[in-house]
Amino acid sequence: MSTLKILVVDDEPGIRSGISRILRNFRVDYPFMDEAFDFEVIEAPTGEIGIEIIETNQPDILLLDNKLPGIQGIEVLEYIKKKQKSIIVVMITSYASLELAVKATSDGAYDFIPKPFTPQELKSSIENITKRVFLKKMTNKLQDSGKQIRFTFLSVLSHELKAPLNAIEGYLKMIQERQNGSKIEDYDVMINRSLDRIKGMRSLILDLLDLTRVESGKAKRNIAATDLSAVARTAMDTMRPYAIQRDVKLNLHHNGPVFMQADAEEMEIIFNNLISNAIKYNKDGGTVDFTIEQQDGCMNICVVDTGIGMTPLEIDSIFDDFVRIKNDKTKNITGSGLGLSIVKKLIENNAGKIEVSSVPDQGSIFNVRLPIDKPCS
Amino acid sequence: MNPGNYTILLVDDDQDYLFQLKSKIEHFGFKTITAEGQKEAEELLEKTRPDLAILDLMMENEDSGFILCYKMKKRYPDVPIIIATGVAAETGITFDINDENNRKWIKADRFLDKGIRSERLKEEIENLLLKNNR
Repeated sequence: MSTLKILVVDDEPGIRSGISRILRNFRVDYPFMDEAFDFEVIEAPTGEIGIEIIETNQPDILLLDNKLPGIQGIEVLEYIKKKQKSIIVVMITSYASLELAVKATSDGAYDFIPKPFTPQELKSSIENITKRVFLKKMTNKLQDSGKQIRFTFLSVLSHELKAPLNAIEGYLKMIQERQNGSKIEDYDVMINRSLDRIKGMRSLILDLLDLTRVESGKAKRNIAATDLSAVARTAMDTMRPYAIQRDVKLNLHHNGPVFMQADAEEMEIIFNNLISNAIKYNKDGGTVDFTIEQQDGCMNICVVDTGIGMTPLEIDSIFDDFVRIKNDKTKNITGSGLGLSIVKKLIENNAGKIEVSSVPDQGSIFNVRLPIDKPCS
Repeated sequence: MNPGNYTILLVDDDQDYLFQLKSKIEHFGFKTITAEGQKEAEELLEKTRPDLAILDLMMENEDSGFILCYKMKKRYPDVPIIIATGVAAETGITFDINDENNRKWIKADRFLDKGIRSERLKEEIENLLLKNNR
């Protein structure tokens, strides 16, 4: 038997004691678990006390009311997220506000229980969470015992490089065995898919070269007065074939030449990646607006697309190595997962900053600020 | 056994691997249904009960295969599941999938490497189906 600690943060004593009562003799047991779970309920009347208990008592599950006397539930949630606590949070809320729901979910809340709730509703929510905690514990156990899933750069890289090789090898074997008969045209799909995978692999290798260039710092940087609008135009020309395929319009906005001290090649890598993403993650018939303007000693570069957008949770990880947003909308989009990680490193090497805002299904805005001669505020 | 009487569910997020596996399995004579991820597979399982399933491990998430396996066993406890993984070789996962403790919570019937030879794969599938029919 394992005991999970549940912290209830609610200012209504009735709710707190009700939950304690409902869960006192509650037990979750599944055939696939090697042990059953029961629950210890800890109560907190305010968010402040709740946070104290989180620090001292390490609860597994948090049932959180949003409307609290001091700090609000959503702030407790933000605290947990900031401190990267592995607590599963369920919001209990008396009025189902959609806006709050969206915010809380994007801040990591796992579930909602509308107030008032029946004992059965509470139990079934706790049951689901317990399953999740169980799976998480199992994964952690594997990691603790050294049987860790190590997503290091090299291992993921080797996976990313091997996957296309395996796919191509598989197709070649099928062709070698004449699986579809003797007519070459019956193998067109396999041949085209192999070529696609080779293309993907080539772009991965190119990205890797860019990354090595950034990380080794060995390559000579060639800093000179550079007209960013000219670089942007080159980048757009490079990407135009993809834009035409998707019927995406590319617009460049700037007032005359915009010069700054920079390495033109680095700028081109940044622009290529931003424009290529803005096309890839766009919708057919969409637009990409690329704006360069000078402001307070800084160069502001803004890339706006009308694409599929991202959730705040997705935005959090996009600058990491090999991260690709996986969902139904992106499943046919190829990429190495390195582009934005390269972009970010290059921008930081230039003492600049990059920020993202996005609305799912409406589009994303990437804002780059680069100092023209000294770091921007 | 007449393989034409059996439907095998194949789930993998690499569309090329899925295509190749499908053609291999159909070459053995089995019927197949396919899904490119955990979610799609779950939708399929709402409507269909396959006779066996071959699942990839890392799909939407690094543990999608396990979760799918768990959910599937809950719905169809008798349907044998093979988890096919390239993980061991590629990402440095070293946990022993034949270890009793690990197997207890991952309810899969077999763990196979993705690079497995065709004849071995066929044998494994037939063994699981026969064991199930007994």
